[in-house]
Amino acid sequence: MALALVDCESFYASCERIFRPDLKNTPIVVLSNNDGCVIARSTEAKKMGVGMGVPWFKIKNSFLAQGGKVFSSNFTFYGDMSARVMNILEGLIPRVEIYSIDEAFLGLDTFEQHYDLYGFGCYIRNLVKQWTGVPVRIGIAPTKTLTKIAINEAKRLDISTKVYRLATKKDIRNALANTPVHDVWGVGRRLNAHLNKARITNALHLADTDPNYIRRKFSVVLERTVRELRGQRCLNLEHSMTAKKQIIVSRSFGNRVSDLETLKPIVSNFAVRAAEKLRNEKQKCSQVSVFIRTSPFNKRKPEHTGYKTVELLTPTNDTRDILMAAKKALIPIFRTGYDYAKAGILLSRFTNEKSKQYSLFKDPNEPKENTRLMQYIDQLNVYETRIYYASQNINQWSPMKQNMASPKYTTNWHELPIANQGEK
Amino acid sequence: MKVNYIGKISEENLPAIFMPYFLEPVHAGFPSPASDYIESPIDLNKHLIKNGAATFLVRAQGQSMIGSGITDQAVLIVDRSIKPTHNSIVVASIDGEFVCKRLKLKPKMCLVPDNPDYPPIFINHGQDLEIVGTVTAAINKF
Repeated sequence: MALALVDCESFYASCERIFRPDLKNTPIVVLSNNDGCVIARSTEAKKMGVGMGVPWFKIKNSFLAQGGKVFSSNFTFYGDMSARVMNILEGLIPRVEIYSIDEAFLGLDTFEQHYDLYGFGCYIRNLVKQWTGVPVRIGIAPTKTLTKIAINEAKRLDISTKVYRLATKKDIRNALANTPVHDVWGVGRRLNAHLNKARITNALHLADTDPNYIRRKFSVVLERTVRELRGQRCLNLEHSMTAKKQIIVSRSFGNRVSDLETLKPIVSNFAVRAAEKLRNEKQKCSQVSVFIRTSPFNKRKPEHTGYKTVELLTPTNDTRDILMAAKKALIPIFRTGYDYAKAGILLSRFTNEKSKQYSLFKDPNEPKENTRLMQYIDQLNVYETRIYYASQNINQWSPMKQNMASPKYTTNWHELPIANQGEK
Repeated sequence: MKVNYIGKISEENLPAIFMPYFLEPVHAGFPSPASDYIESPIDLNKHLIKNGAATFLVRAQGQSMIGSGITDQAVLIVDRSIKPTHNSIVVASIDGEFVCKRLKLKPKMCLVPDNPDYPPIFINHGQDLEIVGTVTAAINKF
């Protein structure tokens, strides 16, 4: 029994380096939307003591003074690099579960008897690095929870190949003894405190606790973790994504918004995007909620949070219906005199696209139900938006501050990396 | 009141947006001699890119590879999965910058331009050189 977890090392920061050979040993940080917080750090930046999630303004001066380089997030580019890495993995192994933008689980059960799995892991790492420039770490173990521990062990033991396999019982127990319990997959801060009170401080303590006791005292989820730590597989590779239960599109604004005429088109943009996602999921929704709020950090300005849900009698995934509902939710919650810093839309209560539940009463806002029109618009808008709705703001998707983004190296003709052929 | 039946409207009557490559109307007479020979249209991606996950496009700047037909502003197709050999055209990073040159492995490893006006680059000990990938094609636009 063997699974592998492939994890891209400091993924966003590594991507930024691929087409910037001049930044080979430079500390790099990548910031969240609106350049708010640090969301990725290169190894050098971690060594400088830059914490995950720290607000950029707090470290800006010292980080730049020490020669660090900062980037706004460039998700177009990271998404393309991620697709390349996942493509390579899917070409090598038939069973791959893409877990996040920078992590994938590989099913290696049938490989175990034919291959040296550690060697195979090294092969994968070298191939991905050579073909894409992205460095990956690989943990190999009998269960998903243990593959995470294997990757942490590779880090702790400073293994230069960045590939680590937990093969024997002894390897596993040794690794668990060296893993603090809060580093176990699924153990959060609060759970950690409770476990520590019960004298469970490292992963081995947890693995050696009776799973039935854990289920009674904590939860069935943690019981599964215990079993996984003992090498009993509870979490299998998931092939298809489970259907979503809600869709949220929200953004913080780079510049504050205080009038309704500016806010409406932005909320429309979010609604359009949310409706596209909904159709992608092949679902319809019957609740549309909109929220707006002022900045919680600015104590001198008056605060306001508004939230309203509009019920639709007949489920829909037509953008025009969702736009109307969004407007209906936004107008009553908006108040003049406030500087709004964030807005969002939430679609919920889903039903399958195929099923149709008629309302007992006549719906005054009968959904338009023109699925073909939506299909055509979606097809036309695949690579770039060409068809807009009249209520959208087409100049600015959301008032964002992103002044330090790198070029879209792999997806835009005008932003390709440059090879200089001049005298050198 | 008289009603004239004109015809029914169904979804099938709506115009189709996507056409197959070759739409051959059925004639009662002689069939098209070409209908058995339909092929997909030429796809430049398929022709130029063998390994999509490992292929990157890089814009060339300058005249130093003019002898290989790479003009200023040409788009280079760089395949990172192809191991460069002696005489391969490569994109390499040297001293923190990308260059496009021809790789020579003997008698001594160096990067040579295909233009007599430019000097070859010898790799000194301790100099930072990394071959990024092999250039498999260049697109020059006129």
